[in-house]
Amino acid sequence: MPDLAGPVVLDEVAPALAPWTAVVRKGQTLRIVDLEGNQAVDFLMYALEDDSERYSAQDTIAAQGNIFLRTGSVLMSNEGRPMATVTDTAVEYHDTIGGACSCESNTLRYGHHTKSQHACVENFLQGNARFGRGKRDMVSNINWFMNVPVEADGALGIVDGISAPGLYVDVRAEMDLVAVVSNCPQINNPCNGFNPTPVRMVIAG
Amino acid sequence: MTDFSTADPAGARAHARAMAGTQVESMPTVPATAAPDRPQGVAAEAMLWAETIAAGGYAAKRLNRGARLRLVDVHADACLSMLLFNAERPVERLNVADTLKVQWNGYLGEGKLLLSDMGKVLMSIVEDTANAHDAFCGASNAASNARKYGAGDNWGPHPNARDRFLLATAKFGLGRKDIHPCINWFKGVRIAEDGATRFNAGPYAPGRQVTLRAEMDVIVVLANCPHVLDPRPDYTVTPARVLAWRAEPTQENDPIRNAPPEGLRAFQNVEEDLRR
Repeated sequence: MPDLAGPVVLDEVAPALAPWTAVVRKGQTLRIVDLEGNQAVDFLMYALEDDSERYSAQDTIAAQGNIFLRTGSVLMSNEGRPMATVTDTAVEYHDTIGGACSCESNTLRYGHHTKSQHACVENFLQGNARFGRGKRDMVSNINWFMNVPVEADGALGIVDGISAPGLYVDVRAEMDLVAVVSNCPQINNPCNGFNPTPVRMVIAG
Repeated sequence: MTDFSTADPAGARAHARAMAGTQVESMPTVPATAAPDRPQGVAAEAMLWAETIAAGGYAAKRLNRGARLRLVDVHADACLSMLLFNAERPVERLNVADTLKVQWNGYLGEGKLLLSDMGKVLMSIVEDTANAHDAFCGASNAASNARKYGAGDNWGPHPNARDRFLLATAKFGLGRKDIHPCINWFKGVRIAEDGATRFNAGPYAPGRQVTLRAEMDVIVVLANCPHVLDPRPDYTVTPARVLAWRAEPTQENDPIRNAPPEGLRAFQNVEEDLRR
């Protein structure tokens, strides 16, 4: 793993299952390390100055003409402005079409017996609440280290991951932003290898 | 038009009133019961909405459960971007990611459901003769229109879909934070193996249509602006016709309701919510 440029201002572990938030200033890099391998890290971000401007998966896909996030991908806001850039990643690609798991969608995907299980939307709501944000602030997110291929007939799904222990992604902020993360607690599909694990979060620059 | 003096209120009133009855292509038919293109088999009194949305225009409507909504690409070059809310509780809205993920497929068409972020079905697609839609690329915005057309303002000739949504949702008391990821009807995007988006530029046939059924009371928001991936240098989009009519809510034996198990649970969650 290459060194990050600039001083490290934060280096901590986001526990398995938990929300995590941080302010990332313009020019700083957030590194997320998949410590134990194939741990989906659900990720949203909001402009610090005006949180009505936030990450837009659809704007990002349209701007780069591709659904996968790779090194060089520019992460766009709903106003069509670059919020951040994927400056480096050891994983071939990441997902931004699969969205976040929720108690409610789990009832559709797996059955009503899963309703009481913890889910990413719960983490996002909790993480956002401390900034005064709520459900209206939930939009399609990024899933770092998650694999969602689309087949020729449109068939898609969350399948076995292509990450591995110690692989990482570096995201450089192009504006001051708030990153809101759910370290995905899903146990009903392979997005976390059926075993949610901690991830390391580093901010430098 | 006759010359009017608008120097005093009576003259101004006469001038204004003389405009009544003007017909243009892009306008609502009021009352909708008088729509000349009422679908076959639909009683006039059942008509709820008949409107032609201008190129670059927008419209929004509250529809009750069971209502059918038909979108028609009259001139073969419409692009209707859609937002969708639970009318009773608009904080529940369309979730495009869940819509694709829960149904294990990225392409919308007949029999597919539009799912909310609360594990419920907002609308289902009961008929689709277009088979070219897009759930990946979202709305154009001021920046993307400025890049392509020089400007994208609501007050100019090249309005963008996002700012159209802003006006439409504002009229229901909603705001910028309520503009969620959208669906684009009538312009197809397919995904290649390497993840690349493949825009289907047509040409398409005129008269293609999609008919949706409201599975709860909904607010439908439509913007008719060029697709964000449309490669043509000129702002190219044609008016779209929208027809809605009152009809029976989905019954327990409905084939779409009972198709895949994930969808059935989305209907059951709606029915549970309506158990009062």
